[in-house]
Amino acid sequence: MKHTVVALVEDRPGVLNRVASLFRRRGFNIDSLAVGTTEEQGISRMTIVLDGADGIVEQVEKQLYKLIDVVKVSDVTHEEAVTRELALIKVRCMSEQRAEVLDLIQIFRAQAVDVTPNSLIIQLVAGGETLDALVDNLRPYGIREMVRTGRIAMVRGNRTTAVHEQEPESAQRFHLESGRRPEEEHLQYVSK
Amino acid sequence: MTKMIGADIVLESLKRLEATTIFGYPGGVVLPLYDRLPAHPEIRHILVRHEQGGGHAADGYARASGKLGVALATSGPGATNLVTAITTAMMDSVPTLFITGNVGRNLLGKDGFQEADITGITMPIVKHNYLVMRAQDLAYTFAEAAHIATTGRPGPVHIDIPKDVFTEEAEFEWPTTVSIRGYRPVLRGNPAQVKRAAAIIDAAERPIIFAGHGIILGRAHEELRTFAEKAGIPVLNTLLGLGGMPHDHVLNYGMMGMHGSYWANHAASNADVIIGLGMRMDDRALGRFADMNPTAKIVHIDIDPAEHNKNLIATVPIVGDVREVLPQLCDEVAQRSHVEWIRWIDQVRDGHRTSMSIPGGETLTTQYVVDRIADSIGTEGVVVTGVGQHQMWAAQFMRISRPYQLITSGGLGTMGFEVPAALGAQVACPDRAVWTICGDGGFQMTFQEIATMVDERLPVKMAIMNNGYLGMVRQWQELIYQDNYVAVAMSQPDFVKIAEAYGIKGILVTDKDRVVDAIAEANAYDGPVILDFRVEAQGNVWPMVPAGASLTETVESREEIAQLLGQPIPANPEPAR
Ligand SMILES: Cc1ncc(C[n+]2csc(CCOP(=O)(O)OP(=O)(O)O)c2C)c(N)n1
Ligand SMILES: [Mg+2]
Repeated sequence: MKHTVVALVEDRPGVLNRVASLFRRRGFNIDSLAVGTTEEQGISRMTIVLDGADGIVEQVEKQLYKLIDVVKVSDVTHEEAVTRELALIKVRCMSEQRAEVLDLIQIFRAQAVDVTPNSLIIQLVAGGETLDALVDNLRPYGIREMVRTGRIAMVRGNRTTAVHEQEPESAQRFHLESGRRPEEEHLQYVSK
Repeated sequence: MTKMIGADIVLESLKRLEATTIFGYPGGVVLPLYDRLPAHPEIRHILVRHEQGGGHAADGYARASGKLGVALATSGPGATNLVTAITTAMMDSVPTLFITGNVGRNLLGKDGFQEADITGITMPIVKHNYLVMRAQDLAYTFAEAAHIATTGRPGPVHIDIPKDVFTEEAEFEWPTTVSIRGYRPVLRGNPAQVKRAAAIIDAAERPIIFAGHGIILGRAHEELRTFAEKAGIPVLNTLLGLGGMPHDHVLNYGMMGMHGSYWANHAASNADVIIGLGMRMDDRALGRFADMNPTAKIVHIDIDPAEHNKNLIATVPIVGDVREVLPQLCDEVAQRSHVEWIRWIDQVRDGHRTSMSIPGGETLTTQYVVDRIADSIGTEGVVVTGVGQHQMWAAQFMRISRPYQLITSGGLGTMGFEVPAALGAQVACPDRAVWTICGDGGFQMTFQEIATMVDERLPVKMAIMNNGYLGMVRQWQELIYQDNYVAVAMSQPDFVKIAEAYGIKGILVTDKDRVVDAIAEANAYDGPVILDFRVEAQGNVWPMVPAGASLTETVESREEIAQLLGQPIPANPEPAR
């Protein structure tokens, strides 16, 4: 079964590598991974969709927690949550078909965001299944290119999965700044 | 606050951490650090002969002392030489700090001379790692690294430092505390879970304890003993859990697992309640998971929640430090004894002692040598081992009775651990007798560290169990691959001459009669000694649970193993002991 796991991680160099390396090493399969910033400076949010039994997901969560840079992990699969993906789809579309395609995508509340005499870029923000359905409907016209962001999710209602633990100033500064490569001009040249 | 260069900050930080012994090896990018060592006489730098040796020495030092072990290497090949030692420390959760230099910041990622992406390489084999990009971050990095290495489930932490960070100036500001919001180890057990566990334990008819490395790492041996005595529960040890209970305690039934005793494995398989303490339910200890006593209820206490339900589903998992949770549990359980159950185990033991006993007769065997060494140094000595048959015999016959009396690579099973780890243990325990039981194979992987022992006046006694074979591999080829011996017989150098070459004492022992005297001679000698024991070439370690079998399939002879594996019964059975 597909699970949606939200991991809040320190926005530090290498953190994506740590998470990816863990999934590879333990043989967990990632369906999609979306990473971005959050309301909190220094915290990034990863939304990971993975396929596996509940026991596997329990291990994924626990192994993620073992990473020092991972602050919080929540499995939102069984929660009431808003889940969304963004897709951009470039379809073959001659001028004479345009009205038909625009009608079609209207049903999905998708938008045309770029147009040429023989193609359209269609944008849709929706749950994964709606996206799949749109793609199926567009396939007969000829999909020339497609990109999907991977799922992001947020639990409905008052509950949050956010981190609200402020660290002491020195720790915060260290975690925000350290490990980053200084600008080249600040570095004197050293050979080995 | 004072301004200083990165190299001084590193050394000051180590002093603050009271980690003043470094096992290191120099090279281009760490020269700025070495340049500053003379200015910090409190720091003892031990020059090893190979970075792997330095890493294992730091590991042996950490286990023997309970303090943070530190190893240092240069970039590129120096750093990659640490990999085996880091992984060894990771698998056995040893609090260690590995410091490497790297090329200058402007050269990182440009494939310059001796650049290796060492933080990328160590990422999956450390508890955490750092690439320090500014001298001003060094002190905090060291404080945080040591905190991570030594708390919770301990483990190796790696710090990589570009050459020009060692020379960059910054204020030295030692943090009074560190705070990591993604790292808050839970030490006390959840009271409700403890109560549930106690109820299960109180209702048990045939409870058993699996005592793991966590008992040793957490120095929770007193707590274990108090708990076991109150609840009247017999104790089995994993390989790394040996020493959690005194060897001769009435409730202690010794090692379980692949080469555990017949009675321990059957007690594990017949218990109705299993209490796993500070152990990770490893396959070498438990055999085939699916058939690991499937009806028993399992109380699993470990500081690392990821160990719960990983290999076996726990009825009651408790996250916490065994040293904290055991007293909590002890308060909740009833005082009990389990006379019938213990009598049952005793009877099994009485019927199966021979398969795990010291052979009589004239032949010089590893079992006998180990037993005599145990006799000579008692429980106050430290015993290190390599990996293979001699390791299992040491585990079986060294009568391990206190934490880190035995130091061995359990999780990774690293041959070549024996000599450098013993070196580190001797540095940590200058007043204890340190013996290392070496394989003739493993010894040859890292014996270059004898030179370090000579330099540092470390009187380690190296007892080579010279069977002329990669013995454990030979055993598998005999028993599982039906006598198809491939790449296991080895010609050996003259080990006594190696001793001479290093200017230390060498003793050759070919006869059983000479063993006791040779050990006494080694103990009396004030310096390192190599003892070349020409032991039985083709002995096998019994009992055995073949890989993939269950603990109930513990076999005690070649015939039994052939039967289990559906092979023809061998025509030439082993000579009776
Ligand atoms: C570095 C390393 N390489 C290979 C092995 C596989 N291995 C396990 S035991 C063993 C034989 C060990 O031989 P020796 O050191 O002579 O000890 P013995 O079994 O003869 O007592 C081997 C090759 C290992 N554990 N470690
Ligand atoms: Mg051998």
